[in-house]
Amino acid sequence: MLSQIEGSLAVARSVMRCRPEVVAAYPISPQTHIVEGLADLVRTGELSPCEYLMVESEFGAMSACIGASAAGARAYTATASQGLLFMAEALYNASGLGLPVVMTVANRAIGAPINIWNDHSDAMSQRDSGWVQLYAESNQEAVDLHIQAFRLAEQLSVPVMVCMDGFILTHAVERVEIPEQAEVDRFLPPFTPRQLLDPAHPQTIGAMVGPEAFTEVKYLMHAKQMEALDQIPAIAGEFEASFGRAAGGLVRGHRIEDADTVVVALGSVLGTIEDVVDSMRADGVRIGALGIKSFRPWPAEEVREALAGAGRVVVVEKAFAVGAGGIVGQNVRLALSGTAPVVFDVVAGLGGRAITRASLRGLFEDVLADRVVPDRLHFLDLNTELVERELDRSRRGLIGAHAERMLRDLGTAGAGPY
Amino acid sequence: MPFPEVKFYQVGTFAAGNRLLDPDRRSVQTRSDRANSITSGHRACQGCGEVLGARYVLDAAMRATGGNVVAVNATGCLEVFSTPYPESSWQIPWVHSLFGNAPAVASGVAAALRAKNRPDTRVVAQAGDGGTVDIGLGCLSGMFERDDDVLFVCYDNEGYMNTGVQRSGSTPPAARTANTKPVGSEPGNVFGQGKSVPLIAMAHEIPYVATATVAELHDLEYKVEKAMSMRGARYLHVLVPCPLGWGSASRDTIRVARLAKETGVFPVFEAEFGVVTAVSRIRRRVPVEQYLQLQRRFAHLFGDHPRPDVVARIQAGADRNISRFGLLAGPEDATEPSGN
Amino acid sequence: MLKVRVHGRGGQGAVTAAALLSHAAFAEGRHAQAFPTFGSERTGAPVVAFCRIDDEPIRIHEPISEPDALIVQDATLLHQVNVFDGLRPEGYVLLNSSRTLDELGVAEVRTGRRPDRLLTVPATAYARRYLGQPRPNAALLGGFAALTGAVSLGSVLDAIRERFPGPVGEANAKAARDAFDDVAQHRRQLADA
Repeated sequence: MLSQIEGSLAVARSVMRCRPEVVAAYPISPQTHIVEGLADLVRTGELSPCEYLMVESEFGAMSACIGASAAGARAYTATASQGLLFMAEALYNASGLGLPVVMTVANRAIGAPINIWNDHSDAMSQRDSGWVQLYAESNQEAVDLHIQAFRLAEQLSVPVMVCMDGFILTHAVERVEIPEQAEVDRFLPPFTPRQLLDPAHPQTIGAMVGPEAFTEVKYLMHAKQMEALDQIPAIAGEFEASFGRAAGGLVRGHRIEDADTVVVALGSVLGTIEDVVDSMRADGVRIGALGIKSFRPWPAEEVREALAGAGRVVVVEKAFAVGAGGIVGQNVRLALSGTAPVVFDVVAGLGGRAITRASLRGLFEDVLADRVVPDRLHFLDLNTELVERELDRSRRGLIGAHAERMLRDLGTAGAGPY
Repeated sequence: MPFPEVKFYQVGTFAAGNRLLDPDRRSVQTRSDRANSITSGHRACQGCGEVLGARYVLDAAMRATGGNVVAVNATGCLEVFSTPYPESSWQIPWVHSLFGNAPAVASGVAAALRAKNRPDTRVVAQAGDGGTVDIGLGCLSGMFERDDDVLFVCYDNEGYMNTGVQRSGSTPPAARTANTKPVGSEPGNVFGQGKSVPLIAMAHEIPYVATATVAELHDLEYKVEKAMSMRGARYLHVLVPCPLGWGSASRDTIRVARLAKETGVFPVFEAEFGVVTAVSRIRRRVPVEQYLQLQRRFAHLFGDHPRPDVVARIQAGADRNISRFGLLAGPEDATEPSGN
Repeated sequence: MLKVRVHGRGGQGAVTAAALLSHAAFAEGRHAQAFPTFGSERTGAPVVAFCRIDDEPIRIHEPISEPDALIVQDATLLHQVNVFDGLRPEGYVLLNSSRTLDELGVAEVRTGRRPDRLLTVPATAYARRYLGQPRPNAALLGGFAALTGAVSLGSVLDAIRERFPGPVGEANAKAARDAFDDVAQHRRQLADA
């Protein structure tokens, strides 16, 4: 049913359609409306049978999902940022045990300094955890990806996280088509566990594996994600056939066919980028955009093919590897190794800083005019004066909490003993 | 008597009560030389019980230690509204790390102070109920078990308020929160859950455990000063109404806290090394309705579709507290082991 | 695309106002996107919410820096927050106050702008009259419909009633209707002048 609805609540309804049997919930901004929405649906009986566990921490949440999934129940939770990190050990545990848990990550920056706004540092920090990572560009896609996620997770016995930008998508009220229960039931069969805690047929889950077999176990995890590279497009294709709209897949291009310059990004910023692309195309610039929908597994071949014709590739990403460089950028360079395109790596939108069309347009024009040096990490809209002052202070050996001091520098009133 | 006898019953204001007390028994807050550990400019809501409690607790700790306190704060309302970048309301050394690790961080600070041979600098850790009762419980137990020299203060407003009023392990039965709405067969938070961290603290047999509310601020200061006169792990659990989350009028914060005690819903007591040593008696017992009806989070129990059965269960819980801690009669009638 | 920015204080329903506006536009078959800014807020702190309305799907997700229309729910914001920042020359302003823009000390916003697009309306008074509470958001949406014609009053009233069932919805709807009539009349007067 077509609805005007807040992203979080749309996701809650989509998850409800997938008939989870155990939902573990621990609140953290900006995911709270998702778990609250599900609490209401369980209470009214719209989502039934479903056990709603209010756990004591995110570690408890993922642990409960692990137990529930091992006991044969379709399990779901949601988190963000600090919460994702708090359950990091459990993430590796779920993927190592091959449990098909589905989780929404309402992407939010990781502290310190504490920041509740959007960027991708949380999900990126767990990119090697063995979870499949899918990124939604819009609330509609977020709704659709959850349905595909349960299907993929259970087909492959691998946990899947669906990433949607915190606040930007979760708290935006937009037009979304919420699928009907019958449609989802046809697409997503009941969960058939590959392993099960059942007194009738006892199994051991979670034994210790030594050097003699550990490598093989990990190899098989990798092989499973490689298999996902085929399954993800297949499921997306089936989804489109059943529900009548495209969602998910590995990558999606926007006007890349004859583009000299292609911008690569994940998540909601793609909408803004596509708008800029269209406006520059109207001015005769051959530019396009490539949206990465599946970040793990990394669709190297699809990325290479999509970017084959471009002379320049501009990666715009909402996280980076401190001390090393871009993350998506690194992955893109890997996919393009041995081929022609020049790659520019730009970090933008950290901690919720808005990425505007004006900034993006300025960036793309700078790239086209050779004003941007490739092979170096760039920060869009960086306040260079502020960082220079701070670096200067550090060189002179001044003490104190740097973040707090920089913010006082920004010119607003301060209080305290300094 | 384990705590000072207040000669004049405080009715809504400290002015009358303090003026007529001996100077050395007046509240820390009335003194011009108080530390103002958390000073003005913070962004707490009108009527916030937590900032009231924090102000009293920290200034009392500062007085007791001669101004030698380091504060460790968990993520939560207090941390958020006291440090809105680029400002800070804290005039004492203050660190915020994560949500669930305040007890562990405090243990680390205390260890460092010992290593640096600075025994006079004391550590006060503080968190809301979320950071204490739920996500912080593991670290808290560790701090108790090691008997680290930290006073841990829990400001209990019975929910995850800063993220939008979600249920915590401290949310009372039947209370409405964002994820325990009054729909379905059991309206509000379910019965049979929840935990008493004061009793858990007592089970660790730490030197001092106390509960208090922001209705009796002299008592709160007294307990902090007493705690700071001791070494080792100490725990203080303070009931702090949240007008926004509880749906009470911002002017009723202290009244609601007083009713929590006077109904028996929130027992006020002290314990040392695992046994109750003192109990703050209920002055004039009142039925739980008087407490519940001031809060919209319990509104679904009254009105058009009243639930007297649920109210009766809440009353039974209060009755149990009264009998267990001897809140009305003398301690010899209490079932909780007392040191007297 | 119509870009609307709503300024208010926490607790006044600015976020709900933007959401309701998006619902009204949706009911008319249009695309609409509503979202708030976020801060560590509390009741009374300045809040900004946004609403985009278009006939095409809306892809972008950035705050509105050049609004076509402003709804200001609380006049005390005028000298605290730069509510007029980025307002387009042909833009609309609907300000909740029983006083005029001149009396509020912001006459300069009129420079280079169309006078019949910059209005005040006593939305709080209408809200108090029917709701008994100073919650002006629904009333302001009624006024907004009259000022801009971006959505019909009917769609606004439907959105209000759906969001606030029962007597609260009816009271809000009455306040919205009064504000609509007020603004419509005011505009007619300015047109005749």
